[in-house]
Amino acid sequence: MASPLDLLRTMRLIREAELRLAQLFADGEVPGFIHLSVGQEGVAAGVCAALARTDTLASNHRGHGHALAKGLDLERFFLEIMGKAEGMCKGRGGSMHVADAAVGMLGANGIVGAGLPIAVGSALAHQVKRTGAVAAVFFGDGALAEGAMHESFNLASVWRLPVLFVCENNGWSEFSPTSRQLAADPCALALSHRIEARSVDGNDVIAVSEMAQTLVTEIRRGSGPRFLECRTTRVRGHFEGDPQKYRDAADAARSEDDPIGRLERRLAADGVSADEIEAAESDAIARVDAAVTRARSGTAPTFGSALRDVYANAEVRS
Amino acid sequence: MSEVRFGQAINRALADAMAADESVVLFGEDVAAPGGPFGVTRGLLDRFGAERVRDTPISEATIVGAAVGAAMSGLKPVVEIMFMDFVTLAMDALVNQAAKAHFMFGGQYQLPMVVRLPHGGGINAGPQHSQCLEAWLAHVPGLKVVCPATAADAYALTRAAIADPDPVVVVENKSLYALKGELPEPLPSVPIGKADLARPGRDVTIVTYGAMRDVVLAAAGVLAKDEIESEVIDLRSLQPWDDGAVLTSLARTHRLVIVHEAVEAFGVGAEIAARMADIGFDELDGPIVRVGAPFMPVPFAKELEARYRPDAARVIEAVHRTLA
Repeated sequence: MASPLDLLRTMRLIREAELRLAQLFADGEVPGFIHLSVGQEGVAAGVCAALARTDTLASNHRGHGHALAKGLDLERFFLEIMGKAEGMCKGRGGSMHVADAAVGMLGANGIVGAGLPIAVGSALAHQVKRTGAVAAVFFGDGALAEGAMHESFNLASVWRLPVLFVCENNGWSEFSPTSRQLAADPCALALSHRIEARSVDGNDVIAVSEMAQTLVTEIRRGSGPRFLECRTTRVRGHFEGDPQKYRDAADAARSEDDPIGRLERRLAADGVSADEIEAAESDAIARVDAAVTRARSGTAPTFGSALRDVYANAEVRS
Repeated sequence: MSEVRFGQAINRALADAMAADESVVLFGEDVAAPGGPFGVTRGLLDRFGAERVRDTPISEATIVGAAVGAAMSGLKPVVEIMFMDFVTLAMDALVNQAAKAHFMFGGQYQLPMVVRLPHGGGINAGPQHSQCLEAWLAHVPGLKVVCPATAADAYALTRAAIADPDPVVVVENKSLYALKGELPEPLPSVPIGKADLARPGRDVTIVTYGAMRDVVLAAAGVLAKDEIESEVIDLRSLQPWDDGAVLTSLARTHRLVIVHEAVEAFGVGAEIAARMADIGFDELDGPIVRVGAPFMPVPFAKELEARYRPDAARVIEAVHRTLA
């Protein structure tokens, strides 16, 4: 069980890494486009604290936090998103496809809802191989409108697969409020597939962590799938550079919701020293500094290397 | 040597692969208790148990998506989509996930998964249960596509597909399932990507695959009576395909006809023709002629479907065109 201070450290690492990515993106050092999870770190940190290294995890386009919380190497994370050969995906995937087989991270995903069937299949492997492992998947409330959600809930329930479905409900389906996009209550969707569902304040990392731990324990005991809704806040746009003309400034700026500030206040009230709280931030900054320095010295991927990896065992004709 | 039906050869391949490797699992709509819509998976539930042989709900997207996750987590799933037409519902899983995972994740994950897709007409199944969509899949980097025409190749290519570390689509023509053919002992082994010389000849090369192999061989028999000797190449694999075998044959015959059941326009034949027009340009003494289905959906009525599917007469006509 992760200590509250561990949870703070994980959230700080995600926050500092993403704020640095935002800067690198603005400076042109990160190509393409990126989706940040600022304000949602409590979900990634709380859920992943309940997972073992051998548990598997599928993620979505807003997946930096999930990946880092699952234990993805920070240097190779930055190397990847900056498009370098030494990145964990050798510069082939970028921000939306960070993955690390060594820690069971099955990949972020550019297709909304696509992680659900992948997690279901991974859970099938755990069940057949009797590994005792759990597959988890993060998806947004927007993904609840995808057909893959219904199919995955249904199959996981019918086969009692060891999968934890985690819905990060930030209220936004890309540029549209989910209130206008989704007719159903998220937990009711899961319940209608006979999947037990819980809803927590996703900005309360302790609550997320405790509930995730409870559900993962049930799943490991053979309960079948569980659904966890984490209500949270998307502080930034759908993607970096999103002018967010569709959104009131007030909606994004509810700083009292910030999961990091909330945990820090709680730790202080519990008597944790200011130095220790401060160290979580300074350590994260130092680690990110070092990772970015290393990433900047990474090399450009070669085209030949990319071409060779289209297949695991075949050369591709040019 | 024994005589088996095409579908039984696939069943034998599935059973042998499951017996040899316990990470091989089978799932799809009605493949377990009912034994598959065409009986191809009959008996496998009893032999290998409900853990490894599973009936799924009617959820094509998640059948293939779950195969991706299972393959990334240590299984070798073999899944069936009841009719190839329904692969439209699983295209994200196949095209965006399965095909790209090895490349996109920098080689960290292999995806040893097989998707079996029954295709083709000839059973009056109508516009949504008869299509040959293999060209779509052969167009996607990261997928391999095979299409056996004989019982022996059905066995060998199914085994090869399951043993392969990449996602492989096995396209099975429904009209072949009941046909008998020889399954030799020792059991055959065929690498993905290698064509079969189905009939040697000197005057024209006819490239084909799947159910059209028999149609082309019948046409070749008729042409031989007029002393036109056709060399028939059964591709067996469409991605990768054996361009070397086709070029070698073309260098002998200098004439090329390509025959497939799929719609001619933008089909597999277009790729073969374009490639041979490039690397085989100096060998060509006549136009490359394609024979495929017309640009229309597969019709239902017997008379319409019979005219829709390429037959020996059209193959003969095409050979005469390139020899003219």
